[in-house]
Amino acid sequence: MIKLNPKLSQKLSYTILFLATVLAVVPVVVIIFIIIKNGASAITWEFLTSMPKDGMRGGGILPAILGTLSIVTCAIAITLPIGVCAAIYLSEYAKNNLLTRIVKLAIVNLAGVPSVVYGLFGLAIFVMFLKLGVSIIAGALTLSIMELPVIITTSRSALNSVPYSFREASLSLGVSRWQTVRYIVLPNAIPGILTGAILSISRISGETATILFTAAAFSVPHLPHSVLDQVMTLPYHLYIISTQIPNMPENVIFGTALVLLLMVLTMSFVAIVTRIYFRKRRKW
Amino acid sequence: MSKIEIKKFNLYYADFHALKNININIEEKRITAMIGPSGCGKSTLLRSINRINDTIENVYTSGEINVSGENIYGDEIDVDALRRNVGMVFQRPNPFPISIYENVAFGLKVNRIALNKNIIDETVERSLKAVLLWNDIKDKLRKSALNLTLEQQQRLCIARLIAVAPHVILLDEPCSSLDPVATQKIEELVIQLKDRYTIVVVTHNMQQAARISHNTAFMFLGELIEFDKTEKIFTNPSKRETGDYVSGRFG
Repeated sequence: MIKLNPKLSQKLSYTILFLATVLAVVPVVVIIFIIIKNGASAITWEFLTSMPKDGMRGGGILPAILGTLSIVTCAIAITLPIGVCAAIYLSEYAKNNLLTRIVKLAIVNLAGVPSVVYGLFGLAIFVMFLKLGVSIIAGALTLSIMELPVIITTSRSALNSVPYSFREASLSLGVSRWQTVRYIVLPNAIPGILTGAILSISRISGETATILFTAAAFSVPHLPHSVLDQVMTLPYHLYIISTQIPNMPENVIFGTALVLLLMVLTMSFVAIVTRIYFRKRRKW
Repeated sequence: MSKIEIKKFNLYYADFHALKNININIEEKRITAMIGPSGCGKSTLLRSINRINDTIENVYTSGEINVSGENIYGDEIDVDALRRNVGMVFQRPNPFPISIYENVAFGLKVNRIALNKNIIDETVERSLKAVLLWNDIKDKLRKSALNLTLEQQQRLCIARLIAVAPHVILLDEPCSSLDPVATQKIEELVIQLKDRYTIVVVTHNMQQAARISHNTAFMFLGELIEFDKTEKIFTNPSKRETGDYVSGRFG
């Protein structure tokens, strides 16, 4: 074994650790830089608010923006209430028996299923079996199932972070278990639950494989007007214009990516601000 | 007259036999202290009297605890109603992270004991006066309860209980996170409250038991070794273990 002198080995390990950290940050910065550099010139008011023209080579991406927003809104509206209820059951009521352990294990494993598998599942169940067709609602249901484990996990950790002594104090006043959850635990867990929800929104905004089979269309000449409509979505539109359409102006491709990136980053930023805001108010 | 009768009470945490055949009669409107070394089961016994132990998994009990003549481990019992009658104050003050006023009003509102704002206001004032906190904080009722000192927080926790009008107050080492001056003040408060409530206090502090209680139970390894007038326990105990413990030879 080579013996380095302690000062040198200290310096060496410090350098390696520092480089690893820098390496983690570099790609993010580079990605953002390249996308902005190549795409910023495409971003105009018209690009954001008009329909595509000339076989998508011109015009705007409004239908894709609205499509993504409507799918994501529907998905979170379905998954958040169900996920929070399940989390409350698991952390406040469920006894630690075999069934609960299986449920918890299932939740952890569901989070690891590749999203394309969810897409196929959604195609089989929602699109074909329930005959919802390729539509906003089919895509939203599929995404909501995919996000459910994440919502349950983040909500559970938010609920568990509420001090146990609050529950005891409330119960010892003769307040029932449900009322304790409703008036003490839940209000104090909401910041954590919200943060998890917003991060989920940002994650599913960029989701492509899941909605490929269940909601997304190559091109729709009108804006969505019902949840049973097929829609264009930003990630899928990006895929199409970068691979399927010849002579696509590069700045439109990067401009679309930039819009998607901004949507996702804005969401994450909102999540961070929410968390900071509530953390400041909380004092235990 | 006894308010609480504990008869042949056993409690298990899974396989661990934590309370062994406990029999005690606790007198109404008196202060009863429970002393003993750590892990002797005194807190467990206290927490059995309002069934707050129910929230822990794998707890099994046998025997009876009668509060006002009703077996609280019977099938018909409404646990929430029981806890309204038998309130509890914990080791660390645990006010909710809301305003002082809302802390005291919480039990009233949620239990729908009072919904009229004037009645709630009156009860909040009366409860805070009963714990001698009113004069210090009457101008900052809307401030967060977490800004109070620990002693004030513990008083607030007692006021919060008093507001829902329990008959019995259980105190689980209520002064263990307080300094000596604050401890003395809380003790004075507890003594004042005994005229209206049956009080059971678990304490590590033998002097505290001697200062404030009428009766004292000495517990050791899950058993009730001796239960008698406090004076007798501290001056002339009948069991050798009791004598050894109160004289500081172990524990």
